[in-house]
Amino acid sequence: MLVPALVGLAFLVLPVVAVLLRTPWAALPHQLARSEVLESLRLSLVSATLATTLCLLLGVPLAWVLARSELRGRGLVRALVTVPLVLPPVVDGVALLLLLGRRGVLGQYLDAWFGISLPFSTAAVVIAEAFVAMPFLVISVEGALRAADRRYDDAAATLGASRWLTFRRVTLPLVAPGVAAGAALSFARALGEFGATITFAGSFPGVTRTMPLSVYLALETDPDAAVVLSVVLLVVSVLVLATLRGRWLSGVPR
Amino acid sequence: MTGLHARVGVERPGFTLDLPLDVAPGEVVALLGPNGAGKTTTLRALAGLVSLTAGIVELDGVPLDDPARDVFVRAEDRPLGMVFQDYLLFPHLTALENVAFGPRARGTARSAARDQARAWLARVGLAEVASAHPSALSGGQAQRVALARALVTEPRLLLLDEPLAALDAVTRLAVRSDLRRHLTEFAGTTVLVTHDPVDAMVLADRIVVVEDGRVVQEGAPADVARAPRTEYVARLVGLNLVRGTAHGTTVRIDGGGVLHVSGPAEGEVLVAFAPSAVALHRERPTAGSPRNTWEGRIGGMEQHADVIRVSVDSQPPVLADVTTAAVADLDLTPGSRVYATLKATETQVYPA
Repeated sequence: MLVPALVGLAFLVLPVVAVLLRTPWAALPHQLARSEVLESLRLSLVSATLATTLCLLLGVPLAWVLARSELRGRGLVRALVTVPLVLPPVVDGVALLLLLGRRGVLGQYLDAWFGISLPFSTAAVVIAEAFVAMPFLVISVEGALRAADRRYDDAAATLGASRWLTFRRVTLPLVAPGVAAGAALSFARALGEFGATITFAGSFPGVTRTMPLSVYLALETDPDAAVVLSVVLLVVSVLVLATLRGRWLSGVPR
Repeated sequence: MTGLHARVGVERPGFTLDLPLDVAPGEVVALLGPNGAGKTTTLRALAGLVSLTAGIVELDGVPLDDPARDVFVRAEDRPLGMVFQDYLLFPHLTALENVAFGPRARGTARSAARDQARAWLARVGLAEVASAHPSALSGGQAQRVALARALVTEPRLLLLDEPLAALDAVTRLAVRSDLRRHLTEFAGTTVLVTHDPVDAMVLADRIVVVEDGRVVQEGAPADVARAPRTEYVARLVGLNLVRGTAHGTTVRIDGGGVLHVSGPAEGEVLVAFAPSAVALHRERPTAGSPRNTWEGRIGGMEQHADVIRVSVDSQPPVLADVTTAAVADLDLTPGSRVYATLKATETQVYPA
């Protein structure tokens, strides 16, 4: 058992080590100071943050309905929620384009009635990222809600708390670790999002060219820059992982 | 009409609950019964956490649940306080915030709510743990915080679900007498659920015994303890109970056998007697004083305080309390053939 386990660990760790080995550390400050790098880093962080916020606003209520309501067909809803998770990201992008594109099922009305065109805008980046990241949040929060003792809701009700007050003051604080974990996962997923973004939002510098897109493009023209960008993404991802530390690296969730 | 007037009807697959319950203000009623009898469901229905399928819940003349007239007041809008089995103190809030939660939810300003909460914590003797989180409280402290949380809003109806079940024996004694004091001071109606007869005897003015969704006996604690009406109640209060038909001082036992009893009676009766009144012998006792003799085998033996409680598989089956010395002298072991005797004067007969 030990040998395959070590091979497995090496398989997961060595590529990351390779990135660090080949990082042109001397050129790092210079590379980092380049405006395109900073621009796409900023865009990545802003869009991933917005996407995570969108996931929280829509995903937490969705998780609550899945975990707490007596709705019929919840199993189907749960299956639908995980669709973006199992589809290839490029297909996610195509799907978004077909729905929200200028000639899309809904997009044509957005364009005709409000003059709004989503594709190839920063908003499209946020939508693409939220689309692929939300299932992580919903699944995580739903699990936390299921694990939480529903009788606390009963206790709050006998104390005169409305459903909304109970949700805010009792349920949400009780599942806060689950929400945080879901948000961190969503953020990490949104930060790394490539396929849906490039399909639905394209790759315009400063508008839709996020870090993963920059890495991919740089690899063709300036491999050193690609490595630097990769290191930056790596650092940000490790930071996200660190926020999950208490929950996962220490083993059993609360 | 003041107080609680209820007929709790809840129909579930394989279970029907139908429980009339009238409780005056200031009165404490204990629902006593085995697990699954419907006690907790009754409490949850009174609280509005479960809706009735039939019957009515009325508090101080105000209907809270009346399915026939499509009335249902939600839990958060009922003037009640509830103490849950394992208290359910909110783990992320301090003791003070837990107690202040009710007043806050009912619209009291933050500082006023905290003042009320502080006063109630002091009243249950816990002023010093106000800023502690529930995980730092002992079982007894948590119980008192839960009581303060339920009473701080001055409810008209107080519901207690197994309020002492989670406590160890020593704490339980102290908390029980405290709880009794608070219940005496409480002006509203109290319904408590327990499966512990001692809790029911000490805390309640009236006991309602529930079995299988129905009331099987109701009365003052002393009366229930003296004259149990079902096997379950008899076991709880530690008595043998036999059902039969009386003719004079002879009772023909349902299921076979005859019992000589203390006083004359006619018709369907119940006969109760204490396990300590039953004596065990290895040889058939010679006839003498008017007493009853059964033959049977020992089914089981268990330590009960300072005596051994022996169950004898006979007709009728009986429990006998014997001393440890007697167990040794008679060489009693499960399976031993024994004769159980009971003096007629030790029995109590009452109409079924």
